[in-house]
Amino acid sequence: MRVLVCVKRVPAVAGLITLTEDERAIDTKYVGFQVGPHEECAVEEAVRLVEAHGGESVVLTLGPAEALEQLREAMSIGANRAIHLVTDGADWDAESTAGAIVGAIRADEAANGPFDVVLVGNEAADSGGYQVGVRIARALGRPAVTGIKGLSVADGTARAEQEAASGRNVFEVKLPAVVAVLEGINLPRYPSVPGRLRAKSKPVASSSPDRPAQRLEMRRLVVPATEAKQAQVLGRGAEAAQAVVELLSSVGVL
Amino acid sequence: MATVLVLVTTADGAADKVALQALALGRQLADGGAVHALVIGDAAAAAELGAWGASSVHLAQHPQLDAPAPDAAARILDDLAGSLGATFVVGPGTEEGNTVLARAAARAGLPFAANCSAVTPGSPVTVTRSRWGGSLLEEAAIHADRVILTAAAHVFEAVDTGGSADVAAFTPALDDADLAVRVVGRVPAPSGGVSLSDAKVVVSGGRGAGSADGFGPVVELAGLLGAAVGCSRAVTIAGWRPHTEQVGQTGTKIAPELYIAAGVSGATQHLAGCKGAKRILAINKDPEAPIMTAADYAVIGDMAEVLPAISAAIRRARGA
Repeated sequence: MRVLVCVKRVPAVAGLITLTEDERAIDTKYVGFQVGPHEECAVEEAVRLVEAHGGESVVLTLGPAEALEQLREAMSIGANRAIHLVTDGADWDAESTAGAIVGAIRADEAANGPFDVVLVGNEAADSGGYQVGVRIARALGRPAVTGIKGLSVADGTARAEQEAASGRNVFEVKLPAVVAVLEGINLPRYPSVPGRLRAKSKPVASSSPDRPAQRLEMRRLVVPATEAKQAQVLGRGAEAAQAVVELLSSVGVL
Repeated sequence: MATVLVLVTTADGAADKVALQALALGRQLADGGAVHALVIGDAAAAAELGAWGASSVHLAQHPQLDAPAPDAAARILDDLAGSLGATFVVGPGTEEGNTVLARAAARAGLPFAANCSAVTPGSPVTVTRSRWGGSLLEEAAIHADRVILTAAAHVFEAVDTGGSADVAAFTPALDDADLAVRVVGRVPAPSGGVSLSDAKVVVSGGRGAGSADGFGPVVELAGLLGAAVGCSRAVTIAGWRPHTEQVGQTGTKIAPELYIAAGVSGATQHLAGCKGAKRILAINKDPEAPIMTAADYAVIGDMAEVLPAISAAIRRARGA
């Protein structure tokens, strides 16, 4: 089985977000980088599929030179090799991102045969576009399932579960297919030290696709105005319990 | 004036709340023009939509559409947008809405803007949309003759216009390929427990719980209050609690009357999931924790001491 998993390098946003002067990016002077939670799980799922069925898992990113760090991270938990579509750091909209990925998939498949499963995060942690997976699927004429929290593959068919009101919806689609996963589909492993060492020598194929005109053109980022709340302190330690009970009672939840 | 088509998703004979909000945005964008609503399969829900601002309602009925089929919905939406000459195609900013509108955009070869909180007509149309689960906003221009977008949840107010609209039922053209992705079964939810997304009260623990065992007092207080148990991402990553309990951008977004967050620092990821709470009570050792800037009430202290004391005080109050 061949599995491709797509990841995106994003700032490890934790507290207050501050922007660069041109208001087109998050100021990352004091912030690290990571892949989003959905994609961490997508990488884990790719590695598990190959552990269960044999074959190879390939991790792909479209991002700046520094995104090599995220590719190495994925390879350190078991991805076999990487494809790096190198950008100059400019924002790419979802449509052009999907287009570049489709180009890379076609090139890899021409040499190595089809990817049975293409895994993506359900939505990117930063841009939240909800569409790269279905655009890849459409371009390649493959089925796409989204919002997936459970996946199993047997006899050329993927069974995928999606959370719905009071239960889960089950899809069955023929492979090859595109699967957009949510955090919670698994609990990703941590890389081991030998895993990290092995990742350093795994192959990375790099190319620099052209960035087309952006049809969803990001112009400016804005940190939403929130009312700066001043929490009313009910007390300290266990002694605050009575004040909490009075609060619960006054808001009608007791 | 513009011609607008709105996908109204439904469940059990009623339109989804966020879909009615999308309809309100659609009405605003039409600016006196036609507001077409598309409903897949659900005749009872379709009959209500005139009152929520639709000027005409299209009800797609097909024997294969008894179960959700997102590519089929996208094809019906795209075909109808084409035949109506719609300049805006709008859907609800939900999992279902986003996947169907994204598929319709992919089909049409057009851009798609998910989770918009403001839309300004013009050439080009500009939107404000959510990034980072709403912790950051993006202003963007959409360069396309037909603008495809979803309305961010709980931004636009559904408006009961008291109007009425004819419902035109039709049988859409569908191929086997459109039905390749279709729900073929259901796994029922485990019974018992309070649903996190609908809970009136949620009690969460964060890294401050210290261990899986540290959740004992969280579960105890939740039980006393008939509340759902929640947690932060740090907790699910550590394996202390299941991901189904995670409140956050990549977990469940909650909207309770009261949210009690104990030992939760309040990372951006977490605040994106609990900003819908009406009131927040933070219990934390650190008075400078980010959660304090989002909280209405605070207790400064160790959750391992504060939570059992609250539970004991509730028991006393009830016993009296």
